[in-house]
Amino acid sequence: MSDKLPKPAELLKIDYKPPAKSWEDPTIDFEKKKGTYCYSAAPKNLKYLGLPNPREWQPYEKDWKLPPNWKEIILEGMKDRLSKFRSFKLFMDICVRCGACADKCHFFAGSGDPKNMPVLRAELLRSVYRRYFTTSGKLLGRLAGARDLTEDVLKEWFYYFYQCTECRRCSIYCPYGIDTAEITMMARELMTLVGVNINWVLEPVANCHRTGNHLGIQPHAFRDNVEFAAGDLADITGITVETPINKKGAEVLFIVPSADYFGSPHYYGFLGYLALLHEVGLDYTFSAYASEGGNFGIFTSHEMMKRLNAKIYAEAKRLKVKWILGGECGHMWRVIHQYMDTMNGPADFLEEPVSPITGTKFENAKSTKMVHISEFTADLIKNGKLKLDPSRNDHWKITYHDSCNIARGLGLFEEPRYIIKNVANYFYEMPENTIRERTFCCGSGSGLGTDENMEMRLRGGFPRANAVKHVHERYGVNFLACMCAIDKATLTPLMEYWVPEVQVGAVHELVGNALVMKGESERKTDLRGQPLIKREKEAEASV
Amino acid sequence: MKVLYPLLMVVILALIGLLGVWVVPGSTVVFAVVLPYAAIAILIVGFIYRVVNWAKSPVPFRITTTCGQQKSLPWIKSNPIESPHNNLGVIGRMALEVLFFRSLFRNTSTELKGGRLIFAEEKFLWLAGLAFHWSLLAIFVRHYRLFTEPVPSFVTLLQAIDGFLQIGIPVLYMSSAIVVVAGLYLLYRRIAFAKIAYISLPSDYFALFLILGIATTGILMRHFYRVDVVGVKELAMGLVSFNPVIPQGIGPLFFCHLFLVTSLLAYFPFSKLMHLGGIFLSPTRNLANNNRMRRHVNPWNYPVNVHTYQEWEEEFKDKLLAAGYTLDEDTPERKDVLVRG
Repeated sequence: MSDKLPKPAELLKIDYKPPAKSWEDPTIDFEKKKGTYCYSAAPKNLKYLGLPNPREWQPYEKDWKLPPNWKEIILEGMKDRLSKFRSFKLFMDICVRCGACADKCHFFAGSGDPKNMPVLRAELLRSVYRRYFTTSGKLLGRLAGARDLTEDVLKEWFYYFYQCTECRRCSIYCPYGIDTAEITMMARELMTLVGVNINWVLEPVANCHRTGNHLGIQPHAFRDNVEFAAGDLADITGITVETPINKKGAEVLFIVPSADYFGSPHYYGFLGYLALLHEVGLDYTFSAYASEGGNFGIFTSHEMMKRLNAKIYAEAKRLKVKWILGGECGHMWRVIHQYMDTMNGPADFLEEPVSPITGTKFENAKSTKMVHISEFTADLIKNGKLKLDPSRNDHWKITYHDSCNIARGLGLFEEPRYIIKNVANYFYEMPENTIRERTFCCGSGSGLGTDENMEMRLRGGFPRANAVKHVHERYGVNFLACMCAIDKATLTPLMEYWVPEVQVGAVHELVGNALVMKGESERKTDLRGQPLIKREKEAEASV
Repeated sequence: MKVLYPLLMVVILALIGLLGVWVVPGSTVVFAVVLPYAAIAILIVGFIYRVVNWAKSPVPFRITTTCGQQKSLPWIKSNPIESPHNNLGVIGRMALEVLFFRSLFRNTSTELKGGRLIFAEEKFLWLAGLAFHWSLLAIFVRHYRLFTEPVPSFVTLLQAIDGFLQIGIPVLYMSSAIVVVAGLYLLYRRIAFAKIAYISLPSDYFALFLILGIATTGILMRHFYRVDVVGVKELAMGLVSFNPVIPQGIGPLFFCHLFLVTSLLAYFPFSKLMHLGGIFLSPTRNLANNNRMRRHVNPWNYPVNVHTYQEWEEEFKDKLLAAGYTLDEDTPERKDVLVRG
């Protein structure tokens, strides 16, 4: 893969001028476009989940082996969803094609492909909607912007709706709040009805359904991983922390994305959690059954999202905890914040979350009963419950990347910034058009973070990388902090490609570095095992 | 083609209006009374039908797009408008959106220069859009003077403000000029900006041509080819009092104007112009960001197939025991909880 990747300068030869040909004629040459799409879902995953039309196929093959009545299935599915989702029906009808969204998509900025303009991405679906569900479309056809649903149209859907990361950046610029994420979610649901899925989404879903986490880690390995992390932490801090799993009657159930205990650089943030929760003495437990905060179900269908999400409340009930704490993750938090209570609540068996350390009531989580770790930690710092030595992060010049879902789904902007400013001395914001609600996606969200899609990921991640490069050149930024598991996994190769001097890491990695633990041995390294600047300086001075 | 067809359509409509009364003797009643009544009926019924039809689909999830800090810890300043946590905030957010096009105001242009993405303020779309819509509203309200006797004071006041520049006789209303200039700009960007031209549909041009046609004929009537305003008012008053009189000798330009307006009203509920009603229903903007505070109910929530703890424990029993886990002693009725709709 990597030897086929164009160099950055080549990749940036982007032509934003739309072609002369109308967009209404679909043709995707999948053979030529390798590197810009994901491969199909393996039949075993569809079978395991009970999804329709499991079979061997690939997008670059001519025959997609669709069921003979695929068209009816999709149109029936559209009809059903139009009656269930006001968002869908409205967003099909009220766009005026003002074009405000056109240059807001990271995939458009990085590729120049006009169908990555959010308005056109939506028109791919809208044109079919008009043809079959509106009078003018039925009568006037193309003149009314209507298109027949053909196999080529379906293939185009596949290409472009798996080239949208559901980041919602375009929607904040839309005068009607039309949300492309919502449209993409509908399109993916429709494609799922006829077995047109990608493996990078459905394998994690199948794993999560079975083992409890996306990576398919079984309970014995889960325990090994968590205990291994405690061992690493002991090596660095000299303190052995407890890592309770499936502990009944604990006060808090702690749910993290599985990458936190399995992937790098997530892992250093996981060490940070362990140190923090030990230090404040929180009575908590992990669960081996609900060992995943992330939810690739949301990238498949609402039903699949609900199936996976149900485990969190079920496990909280079984373990008789009072409330739930959630780790750093993006789409996980969109699901928890905007869907969980509605889908699988009410959580009347839990209590309104109160921090046992500060006594703070988390009023904003009183119904869902799940608190974001950054809310929890910010409250600890504000109440002076943590002893912090920010100079232990002096080797990092930090910038913060707002993850899409955290930004535009929760509006959680200040908590992480407050934490970073308290645990580190060097913090620099990226340009204002690229942070907070205007933040740019990593380019690999919503299940697109697979290697065969690398060229598109690098293109989509370009606007984010470009802003990082700016603060790197200006302030010497070398650490990109974020609170999203997909970010940590995919910003890492993105930085390697565009700004190789910058490392990616968790906010709670910085917390763990700065946290002065009672009885700890003198820290020689940070959580990554890198020597601390202060130590180096002292060593120099003593020579 | 995308531009010419709609233009041709509007020209044909204008010609029908201009010549219809004259070509077909006795058709005045059709153009002056029958069609306007029919168009208004279509507008009212169609508009209500569309809105009710949207409203019939429920809002299963609270999918607010947040553009500001959430309300969380008491010492963190939240943004009550961009991330409203209650209905008051939502009303504020919607008011800014509907009255001042808040989201459009955010607009920037993105350009790639020397390997750098440059973002620049791009307010022309916002400005033209806002000017266009406010002018349309002013023009709409101004026309009340034709339908009321005595003319309500807010209409005369608006007229005075709208014409305060005192240019020409009769006075040129600013809104007339602005609607044409802003409309022409919106048309210009649809034709001249490559990206916008690429995404535009014939219907986008049609709506603009139609409104520009109405505005132009209106200005022509007022300032260049004067029509009999007394006759127009007689007709208008007759229409609203359901006691229509067939006016005589108003002049063909008026019928052209009237027929284009008639076409617009009848076209309205079938078109994208319904964004007028739709904007109020948009779930990403009209819901509070209080998801974790207050439970949102989905009326069609249904039970789903979940891999339960018991099934999981059963499947991994040996591994669980070997790894030192204890199996769950009490088995509450898990299935109930999990599949609750």
